[in-house]
Amino acid sequence: MAPIARLLLLALLPTALTISSGSGDGYTINGRVKIPQGLGTKGFALPGKTSNVKVILNGGQIVTYLRPDGYFSFQNIPAGTHLIEVAAIGYFFSPVRVDVSARNPGKVQAALTENRRGLSELVLEPLRDEQYYEIREPFSIMSVVKSPMGLMVGFMLVVVFLMPKLVENMDPEEMRRAQEEMRNQGVPSLASLLPGGGRN
Amino acid sequence: MAIRSFFLFILFFSSSLSPVFSLYEDQVGLMDWHQQYIGKVKQAVFSSQRAGRKRVVVSTEENVIASLDLRHGEIFWRHLLGADDVIDGIDIGLGKYVITLSSGGSILRSWNLPDGQMVWESSLQGPKHSKSFLLVPTNLKFDKDNVLVVFSNGRLHAISCIDGEVLWKKDFEAESFEVQQVIQPPGSDLIYVVGFAASYQFEMYQINAKNGELLKHESASFSSGFSGEVSLVSTETVVALDSTGSILLTISFQDGKISSQQTPISNLVEESLGPAVIIPSSVSGIFAIKTDAVTVFIRVIGEGKLEVVEKTTHEIAVSDALSISEDQEAFALIQHASSEIHLTVKLAHDWDGNLLKESVKMDRQRGLVHKVFINNYIRTDRSYGFRVLIVMEDHSLLLLQQGEIVWSREDGLASIIDVTTSELPVERNGVSVAKVEHNLFEWLKGHMLKLKGTLMLASPEDMAAIQSMRLKSSEKSKMTRDHNGFRKLLIVLTRAGKLFALHTGDGRIVWSHLLRSLHKSEACQSPIGLNLYQWQVPHHHAMDENPSVLVVSRCGPSSDAPGVLSFVDTYTGKELSSLSLDHAVVQVIPLPYTDSTEQRLHLLINADKHAHLYPKTSEALSIFKREFLNIYWYSVEDQNGIIKGHALKCKCTGEVADEFCFDTRDLWSVVFPSESEKIVATVTRKLNEVVHTQAKVVADQDVMYKYISRNLLFVATVAPKGSGEIGSVTPEESWLVAYLIDTVTGRILHRVTHHGLQGPVHAVFSENWVVYHYFNLRAHRYEMSVIEIYDQSRADNKDVWKLVLGKHNLTSPISLFSRPEVITKSQSYFFTHSLKAIAVTSTAKGITSKQLLLGTIGDQVLALDKRFLDPRRTVNPTQAEKEEGIIPLTDSLPIIPQSYVTHALRVEGLRGIITVPAKLESTTLVFAHGVDLFFTQLAPSRTYDSLTEDFSYALLLITIVALVAAIFVTWRLSERKELQEKWSFYSAFASQSTFSSLFLCDN
Repeated sequence: MAPIARLLLLALLPTALTISSGSGDGYTINGRVKIPQGLGTKGFALPGKTSNVKVILNGGQIVTYLRPDGYFSFQNIPAGTHLIEVAAIGYFFSPVRVDVSARNPGKVQAALTENRRGLSELVLEPLRDEQYYEIREPFSIMSVVKSPMGLMVGFMLVVVFLMPKLVENMDPEEMRRAQEEMRNQGVPSLASLLPGGGRN
Repeated sequence: MAIRSFFLFILFFSSSLSPVFSLYEDQVGLMDWHQQYIGKVKQAVFSSQRAGRKRVVVSTEENVIASLDLRHGEIFWRHLLGADDVIDGIDIGLGKYVITLSSGGSILRSWNLPDGQMVWESSLQGPKHSKSFLLVPTNLKFDKDNVLVVFSNGRLHAISCIDGEVLWKKDFEAESFEVQQVIQPPGSDLIYVVGFAASYQFEMYQINAKNGELLKHESASFSSGFSGEVSLVSTETVVALDSTGSILLTISFQDGKISSQQTPISNLVEESLGPAVIIPSSVSGIFAIKTDAVTVFIRVIGEGKLEVVEKTTHEIAVSDALSISEDQEAFALIQHASSEIHLTVKLAHDWDGNLLKESVKMDRQRGLVHKVFINNYIRTDRSYGFRVLIVMEDHSLLLLQQGEIVWSREDGLASIIDVTTSELPVERNGVSVAKVEHNLFEWLKGHMLKLKGTLMLASPEDMAAIQSMRLKSSEKSKMTRDHNGFRKLLIVLTRAGKLFALHTGDGRIVWSHLLRSLHKSEACQSPIGLNLYQWQVPHHHAMDENPSVLVVSRCGPSSDAPGVLSFVDTYTGKELSSLSLDHAVVQVIPLPYTDSTEQRLHLLINADKHAHLYPKTSEALSIFKREFLNIYWYSVEDQNGIIKGHALKCKCTGEVADEFCFDTRDLWSVVFPSESEKIVATVTRKLNEVVHTQAKVVADQDVMYKYISRNLLFVATVAPKGSGEIGSVTPEESWLVAYLIDTVTGRILHRVTHHGLQGPVHAVFSENWVVYHYFNLRAHRYEMSVIEIYDQSRADNKDVWKLVLGKHNLTSPISLFSRPEVITKSQSYFFTHSLKAIAVTSTAKGITSKQLLLGTIGDQVLALDKRFLDPRRTVNPTQAEKEEGIIPLTDSLPIIPQSYVTHALRVEGLRGIITVPAKLESTTLVFAHGVDLFFTQLAPSRTYDSLTEDFSYALLLITIVALVAAIFVTWRLSERKELQEKWSFYSAFASQSTFSSLFLCDN
């Protein structure tokens, strides 16, 4: 493997070639998938499970896998515009549009279709991690309090213990006044609610 | 109004935008199951590593290469190659690389044996198409590097095993040269390439393995010609059959000289056998020929002399040779006897002596042995032991060792053709009380444990206990019907012609049945299973009958081959009956009528467009006669670009009196111009879909009426140029046209042309909308479009007064012959991934909002709320629209990782998604199949009608207990207080009274 990869690198570095005319009737697309290790670290070593990463051309026309260093290649590709997709569990990759030009082979034409960003080299990186599971929130007293049952208990406590206290703390005279007021007002009549009712 | 408020109620439930399907990691496996398969094994290579775990590497007909544990049959690693990347050969190189040759010999890959990482890949071109061979010589070294010899596409390559570099290559350009064998005699530096030229000339090339130099080229012509394959009987002798299949040619090319001998088969076997074929085998000195009835083993005894060693009429399977020592080769032979198979292991040069003879009981439902692979091991007493891997007719894989089946894999399930469901039997009463009490205690204990879990008080052991308790909850795998309708049987038909019933609770196989009607027979040479239909679903009547399914198959690949029907009981898996039809089956139409035993009426259309009614009973006929004029159907001829509508005419004329046969007539046809349009997709609504209401309440208290018709057909056509691969066409010369066609009248209700689009098109139709997925060449992205169709003739029924006074036309009959006033709304959005399948959730009453299930190219299933595909989305929705639940318009559809139904799993090789409603309205059952199987329950609007599995009953109990306790405490407290008050009053009174009494006394 090593010599080929090095050869490829040599060929790639000066011109950043991703497309080369192959020996057969088509062209070859060479590229690389880089999965950053962890968040924040810029180390481009691939983590353990790269063996299941698939690289798919044109919605399933050709499927290939990654080499240990992350390189992949499609051979015998006719000139035209192609779509490359990377299927990796846990990562979201944007499909890549690759133009294979028959007139000037060697010209790089690759762009991420999700954000229309052009690529100078065919190096595919995930746009983001994919977290398939909800994170279970740790137990907190607030979540119990907020639950319907917690609210029920809380309300009951308020009624049982706080209401008598409130009533107790009221001035007896004030209480009498309030009671009298309520009696005077009587039952709120429908007439008073009507717009014209207030004026009478 | 009640409907409206009910709608608001539903909207309230579905209005939260957060991903509805979301799962905590510890909930994996609670409601879902995932099974991994590989498919029918084509080739198996045993890893000869002494240390480490024993493995076997297999390649399958599903284009899978996998490394299996030889002890238990589990998968270590597995890779699914592309659909066109058919595997031609596998082998193990240097003991640590798996070498695969695929795509007609044009791709050679090397995989690391322990972990399945691809090491290198090389592309092999050649001048012309040919057979391909992969050889991994053990002794051919080239600078310390092992060399692989590959013959493919008319070119011989020597390839380095370490980095896949081509060391040398040699072309065989002669036009008519057809390679038959590539031989590398061990211990020499030579490669022989033998083959036929112009079908009567035998050619032999001798090549130096070091540099590819041609050393010798000899040829000899045989006037009688050749037929079929050749068998290699030694490194320098091959056996072939002449073109009549009656003369054996023994050709040896020792030292580069071709000599041959002809032996008529009749000289060896007395009775005439008819034309024979050679069974390819690699056992030296022995080969086998097979005729219709007999298999003959023939030994070559030097100088081209042949001798028959065995003749058998049993079905037989032979393994390749296994070299067990310097000059000894062994091979395995399996013969069938009624319910057993006999395994014998023999030495190549000693036919009469058996190294091993065992009989193994074999399930009849597995059928015949198709392939045998042999491997040896050294027993503790230093003698040789043998184990064989066998591939059965039903595609299952079994390992036999010491007369027993060590493990078996049901790999037939990797190639499912069709799926249907069946209810389980109803639970009978008779559950004892003691059992319930025991369960109650267990139940409480379980919930206490769960409460501990939620309160973070549980120890790790407790946590483990909770998890295992949740996973193996016996409730879900019971064999009876449940109240919520979660437990069902999935009936699946596999390509091998085997029917399986899987339990939805845990995915186990309840029964399996190899259909007798799909067995190869005189009348039916290559039967193919086509479809499954629900034949009898006992519902109201006939409750004591078991439900059954109808399996439709036909005797051959062409559509005019005669059909075969079989009826299978879904509780027991017994084949109730089977019918060999005298006509072909082109189309099967399940009619919406059932007879008194709840057998569904089916109409079978044959190649001559006659309709045959099944079941053939007079009752069915009378029901059918009643509905005779109401039966319409359509057919799609995608080759010619024609869609036709049909109806019944009269009884069959001309043929023998068959009152169940009917002539048909064409009602209408839609012909698409073949130079500009090609049909790529047609979809209709699911027959059993339930729509809750026709009305749709939109913002401003307005109502729209959905155009709901069972007879709508969505057709997508593309430019013929654009039907190829992506990138093969420019946007200017490609378009997609979408049609909505009424299948009774043939009227095109809606037609829309999109320019610059390309297939493949995946579409799904439900209620009044269709969603389709295609490729946009201008933006170079995938897109999804939605078309919704509304009924305008009812649009003026908005006025409440009209409804109250009964002046509405809601109850007027719908006739398809009156021109419908419809309006359509549509919108398009970008979508990131390619799709493999698309489906929509279906629920029992159709009230719950819908989700689209998208099978992506990465073999995952994504649930996408239908509200994202609502043509009424705008960039800035008004307040009223927001309340209705309309999402602001975005150019692309969101992919929320939590809404992957398959979470972190892959349904490798995804082919189809099936949704089945549960009895509980909020829930739908989802089954995705490909090489893997995946099943889960989905609640598109959350489970609003039942408590979730997470619901803590213990917390509820504790709350109630706490409330009751609090009531008691406060009661006691208040009582005491009252008492105290009374006492204080009394004491005050008492003191007063004593005082007064004293006072009185004083007086």
